[in-house]
Amino acid sequence: MSSILVILVTMPFAVAIASFFIPTKAAKIITIAAGAVAFVLALALVPSAATRSQIVAGSLLRVDALSAVFLVATTFLYGTTAVFASGYLSLSNNDAGKRYGRRFYAGLNLFCWSMTAAPLVNGLALLWVAIEITTVISALLVAIDDTDEATEASWKYVLIASLGLGIALLATIIMYYAGTAAFGSSYELSFTKLLSGAGKFPADVVRLSFVLAVLGYGTKMGLAPVHTWLPDAHSEAPTPVSALLSGALLAISFYAILRYFQIAIRSIGPTFPRDVLLIFGLASLVLASLYLLAQRDLKRLLAYSSVEHMGILAIGMSFAAPIAIVGVLLHVLAHAAAKGTAFFGAGSVVRKFATKDMRKIRGGIDLLPWSGPMFVAAILALSAMPPFGIFRSEFLIVSGGLQDPRDFATVVLVILVTMAFFGLSWFATQTMLSPKDTSMTPGPSGVATLVKGEVSIYIVISMGIGLIALVILGVHPPEVLLRLLNHAAAELGVPK
Amino acid sequence: MPSAPSTYAGVADVATVLILLSEFAMLRAPLLRSQIRLYAFQSLVVTALAIVIASTRHIEELYVLALLSFGLKVVLVPSLVMRLLRKADLELGGSSALGVPSMILLAIGVSAIGFFSIGSLQVHSIALPTTALAISAAVVLVAFLPIIFRADVVSQAIGFFSLENGVSVASLVVAAKLPLVVEVAFLFDLLLAVVVFGLIMRLHHGRTGSLSTEELDRLKG
Repeated sequence: MSSILVILVTMPFAVAIASFFIPTKAAKIITIAAGAVAFVLALALVPSAATRSQIVAGSLLRVDALSAVFLVATTFLYGTTAVFASGYLSLSNNDAGKRYGRRFYAGLNLFCWSMTAAPLVNGLALLWVAIEITTVISALLVAIDDTDEATEASWKYVLIASLGLGIALLATIIMYYAGTAAFGSSYELSFTKLLSGAGKFPADVVRLSFVLAVLGYGTKMGLAPVHTWLPDAHSEAPTPVSALLSGALLAISFYAILRYFQIAIRSIGPTFPRDVLLIFGLASLVLASLYLLAQRDLKRLLAYSSVEHMGILAIGMSFAAPIAIVGVLLHVLAHAAAKGTAFFGAGSVVRKFATKDMRKIRGGIDLLPWSGPMFVAAILALSAMPPFGIFRSEFLIVSGGLQDPRDFATVVLVILVTMAFFGLSWFATQTMLSPKDTSMTPGPSGVATLVKGEVSIYIVISMGIGLIALVILGVHPPEVLLRLLNHAAAELGVPK
Repeated sequence: MPSAPSTYAGVADVATVLILLSEFAMLRAPLLRSQIRLYAFQSLVVTALAIVIASTRHIEELYVLALLSFGLKVVLVPSLVMRLLRKADLELGGSSALGVPSMILLAIGVSAIGFFSIGSLQVHSIALPTTALAISAAVVLVAFLPIIFRADVVSQAIGFFSLENGVSVASLVVAAKLPLVVEVAFLFDLLLAVVVFGLIMRLHHGRTGSLSTEELDRLKG
């Protein structure tokens, strides 16, 4: 088992290096292979992670049920995005195209490598290092298109996210200081150690560390009011990168917050950490549901939907009922699949219409016979419609919330999620289902001259995989996965 | 507090205050070049502080850290940013949304908040007097001001780097014995961040022909 951990942190790195030197065609194939292998390996870890307390490889790598959940989400997107990217990119055969392809595939694999490593490393310091690496690589990937907008987005992203991580670094060393009360002045910041000694940590210091961690990692997770980089970066990055940013990177930052949560509830009890998450979660949900009603840009729409879902995750964690925590973890998986699929669909639409402006996109379903309907399905999935996974996860969160003394939060949650549903489904149906308007002339050719047909079969395949995963999560999640989620929720609960 | 020799505590306090003062000086420095020099000076004080702690408290690992931080923060980062500046052929920073006097007043306000809120935590340190932690919190908060109010990429980047100096001081106070491998990992990450900052700054300069961030208003809503 421990060899799987080692393969998972080395293989994507090796593939990244290789993709820089081999032709783009070969890089496409090995990236898909690496993503698929990573996903299969992550799945192979699930049965033992669901029953054992931890799987370790040396002192640096460790997987428990909680990290396995995030590992599955990340590697799933690694594989599907690799498939999508090979259909989405249309590179010219000149030197510039080759250079772009080399950089893109090396960057994509490095990005996935850092996100796979984050849930695998054992300790708060290494976790910070891994997340910092995700930032620097993804900032370069956001800038890769070299347009004015991409440069602006990447500057905002690298600056705001680095500031957030500066705060998170402060949280890390303050948590280290809290630990010195139990372990003496020099020790390793491993999870096993921190969790075992958390009861003896000084309460005020843990509180400070937790708030700083939520603020710092919350910046990368996209919690309001520190989410401001997110819509820009998501809309200006190449679409495969947007899918990874939204589905995997935000989740990984949430994972970091959960690790602090886990330590904090053992040290200072659950009330304070839950209150902090509730405040950030509500702020995110309010802001996102309002912005969703007034979007013009297709990818920004999906970006604000990410802020919404991150808010739901934070609110879900503020409920005491274990069923809500199970819902939150299922939501991580379902959101990865749904947001990935939605971005793949948006990529198909953007390639077809050569614009992100939703006012200029009409009749998507006529022009894109496969990815059009699947995009609508992905939007419905994001709006928590059955039979998709997010319906199940939000249902669990809400039913957990109704058992909570703070059920006002549940009521607000339901109202705001409904508002977000209006925003998302209004724009999606407008662009996809309304008949094509021949008077409009977007791009060089105009809608009238666009011909019916898919951009690429790879895009359709990647969306199909995403939707199948969503239906499985919604209708009948495998027994072993439910065991994993329950086990992880127990790890996150107050120890008895 | 351990029975620290009073000269030691004095040296430590002077050093941390110098770090905070150089942060204030950056706020009023109109020339980008002088901001970079102030950052180099600030990093030098952080390095010196690490050496003082290493020798007085016999924490040998801190020597390695001081050496790395000297090479990176005193020499490498300032010279990289200077080079960018020479290429861009620019002297003055971008316009500031707040005048120097109001910015300084605001800085005094936020540093008081940082100083008293962290100072009230009663943190006991083996390495430094606890006021150092309160001052480092003030440094972190003041570092946000140039990032928020100055409208050019160099001031914003330098603001971020000096925020990291504040965090370094905090880590000297509360985590002086943090395992060396972790400290080195932190510094390595800073190096990566600097490289990426530099790349994107160059990209920005290449596209807009300036270092100003005032044109960065295309993306909103």
